[in-house]
Amino acid sequence: MTAMLEMRNVSKSFAGVQALRDVNFSVQAGQIHALVGENGAGKSTLMKVLSGVYPHGSYEGTIVFDGEERRFRDINDSEALGIIIIHQELALIPLMSIAENIFLSHPPSKLGVIDRDEVYRRTRELLAQVGLRESPDTLITDLGVGKQQLVEIAKALSKRVRMLILDEPTASLNEADSAALLDRLMTFREQGIGSILISHKLNEVARVADHITVLRDGRTVDSIDCRAEPVEEDRIIRSMVNRDLAHRFPERSATIGEPVLEIANWSVYHPIHPERQVIKNVNFSVKRGEVVGIAGLMGAGRTEFAMSLFGRSWGANISGHLRLEGREMVLPSVAAAIDAGLAYVTEDRKQLGLILADDVRKNITLASLDQVAPSRVIDDIAELRIASDYRNRMRIRCSDVYQETGQLSGGNQQKVVLSKWLMTDPKVLILDEPTRGIDVGAKYEIYCIINELAEAGRGVVVISSEMPELLGICDRICVMNDGAFVGEFPGGEATQEKIMRAIMRNDRNYGSGVPEAAEMGGSQP
Amino acid sequence: MTDKTVSLPEERRHGSFIKNNLRNYGMLMSLVAIMLFFQVVTGGTLLQPLNLTNLVLQNSYIVIMALGMLLVIVTGHIDLSVGSVAGFIGAVAAVLMVTYKVDYTLAFIACLLVGAAIGAAQGYWVAYFKIPSFIVTLAGMLVFKGLALAVLQGQSLGPFPPTFQKLSSGFIPELLPEAGTLHPTSMLIGAVLALALVYASAKSRSREQSHGIEVEPYAFFLGKSVVLACAVLYFTYLIASHRGLPNVLVIMSALIALYGFVTRRTVIGRQIYAVGGNAKAAKLSGIKTERLTFFTFVNMGVLAALAGLVFAARLNTATPKAGLGFELDVIAACFIGGASAYGGVGRVGGAVVGAMIMGVMNNGMSILGIGIDYQQVIKGLVLLGAVCIDVYNQRR
Repeated sequence: MTAMLEMRNVSKSFAGVQALRDVNFSVQAGQIHALVGENGAGKSTLMKVLSGVYPHGSYEGTIVFDGEERRFRDINDSEALGIIIIHQELALIPLMSIAENIFLSHPPSKLGVIDRDEVYRRTRELLAQVGLRESPDTLITDLGVGKQQLVEIAKALSKRVRMLILDEPTASLNEADSAALLDRLMTFREQGIGSILISHKLNEVARVADHITVLRDGRTVDSIDCRAEPVEEDRIIRSMVNRDLAHRFPERSATIGEPVLEIANWSVYHPIHPERQVIKNVNFSVKRGEVVGIAGLMGAGRTEFAMSLFGRSWGANISGHLRLEGREMVLPSVAAAIDAGLAYVTEDRKQLGLILADDVRKNITLASLDQVAPSRVIDDIAELRIASDYRNRMRIRCSDVYQETGQLSGGNQQKVVLSKWLMTDPKVLILDEPTRGIDVGAKYEIYCIINELAEAGRGVVVISSEMPELLGICDRICVMNDGAFVGEFPGGEATQEKIMRAIMRNDRNYGSGVPEAAEMGGSQP
Repeated sequence: MTDKTVSLPEERRHGSFIKNNLRNYGMLMSLVAIMLFFQVVTGGTLLQPLNLTNLVLQNSYIVIMALGMLLVIVTGHIDLSVGSVAGFIGAVAAVLMVTYKVDYTLAFIACLLVGAAIGAAQGYWVAYFKIPSFIVTLAGMLVFKGLALAVLQGQSLGPFPPTFQKLSSGFIPELLPEAGTLHPTSMLIGAVLALALVYASAKSRSREQSHGIEVEPYAFFLGKSVVLACAVLYFTYLIASHRGLPNVLVIMSALIALYGFVTRRTVIGRQIYAVGGNAKAAKLSGIKTERLTFFTFVNMGVLAALAGLVFAARLNTATPKAGLGFELDVIAACFIGGASAYGGVGRVGGAVVGAMIMGVMNNGMSILGIGIDYQQVIKGLVLLGAVCIDVYNQRR
């Protein structure tokens, strides 16, 4: 059987960072091909190359579809051939009906007037095909995420799909919905539609995939024909995470003291969907001088947990006990949390961490203006001295502290954010993805700063999706999945396999007791 | 990136310094150019002492409201209701003082409090209920325009007690023997002010220098100080040769100084800019963003009330049409002065210059006899042009 799609020796780099190297990938008609790998392994990049988001010429290598070489200029070119991608964040318009969404781009029309009868007739047909029993008039916002996913697939079918790409389609679905979706994929297989399934859930992959390709650091590291050989999860996990860790992290000798932050029975609900418990009665602690990592996949609830601790800046109906240095505390606002000695360095420094239009100096002092403003009037000399001091200590590379932070590189911006929080003199720092989007050299510097913080007797919590990073810098690693801690390893004993296994093992039970809930943020009643 | 403070040749440092500061002074230079233009085409009428005094009196309430509007715009909001609020407060003042014969000090304070309450009411919906300020204040604009009509029962009400009129039409008392037409007290105040300004900037420069901070080149500093001092002296000379400093100019100057200080040097000022620059980041830095937004609206209400009182005192009567369209001039002044519609950017000095540009153009075109129709066309184009230049500068 010849392949319907073949991608040969595809390479792609972004500003010097190699995202894909010589990737070979092929899908046959009527095949479900699973693509697995860690966050940042290059799965999405590969799919963007395939769908024409990255146009021909911006990558190396060739794409052959139906035996012909294809050079897609944009996503319309690939869609014309029936290559349809369904993204993790659904691209539906919440306040429009199912029918309007399905036929958003090319509605059947006569003389430019939309033919409503035809729209309804075809919508009903498509909905029957995907097994969704809803009226075409139903608004998207009234559907759960599982059903929305099916609408997306119906939309893809309306474009005469031949190759369906699903990016983490079951990430936000409960078990029943996930099963229904996978069944649907299997019927497509019988109709000769090729599917590419990107997923972290190995049990699902094992259930439906005909072929599995593992990506790591932009390379194809394993390729398994599921019909010829048994699927071993251990083998997949090893391929996903195996890599050399030597010399990427500074030496570290920890002196660990008394517990500084203790959390007991902490529970948080979703602010928009109040019936959804996002953090499920968790316990957690950090000691003086300790670096604790929180591992987990995106959406595991790590950021939500951290922000709910930090002056209840996320979530609703928060309950539980928070003790700082043994004293029970209630922190109703960010200001109270800062005063108590907590600091939270956000994962999204551009949106939530910095005021990009302001200079380095103003950003550094923003959370501790009291220190430079006796009697509420800012002493600009003192402010300048403190800001320059942090600039030297953290080696922030900027022309001077009056430079706009928006002009700095990611690593230097992160150092500005760290300076801001160090200035508040915190007892506990929570760093959320502290090295996201930062080059290797700057990462090393950030790790050194983390070590120094711990050596100064502060408690440090590092949330990261990069497991090697956690293994390299943490004294202890807690694994979070679906709003609860599902594993804990001392730094010396942890391995990527153990962490992955803790997550995967738990994913199998995913869905028990989780109500189906619409996750479309911002959809209003 | 190289350290540019280290060893640039002197000339290049001057060049880059002037370039960096051109944007800050760009609007001021436009104002000077516009004034010179009208001075020439009106044959010198623009800067005649009488006309200059009138110019100040005519624009004082716009400047006063622009100070509040700047803070509102910096936090990323807008207030469309200020004209109606000013008109409504004028009406309330007239009812209190003319109909009920309330003491003017008491009435004055009561009016400011009503203004604060109006600001609080609108700010509450914007800050805590997250209703877009455009909608809240559009509603407020209709409400207070209507209430002004209702309070006055559609009639004009006046005249005000003479002491109250002094708020707008009065001049500072003359304490020294007069010298011809020149009012020496006013001239003295101007001279002291000019000296104080030069002294303060020299002191701040030497203080920065002693801490090793890079300061503007000496020649530039000297030139700037001389120009500033001369401008202040010349301006007071002109004003003093008519009837001296108007009371309202004193109030206005004090407010400009106060708001300039608050925005540049205080914690609350810094926090207001942070909220406008990135509200989420500000909130996660412990800033009480809602309270600050609320505060800027309360402040706007008080200043709109003050402007309403000044306007009523100037007309010596409260009319249902008072305040009509003021909000547009006030908002235009802020944007011409370089404030960003997205929040986080804007200076008090800019808003004042913006208000003066609008004022000079109104005045100059009236002297030239240009009809109200084309005046509006020209003002609209100037607003668009000023903002275009600003956007272009930021993209570069």
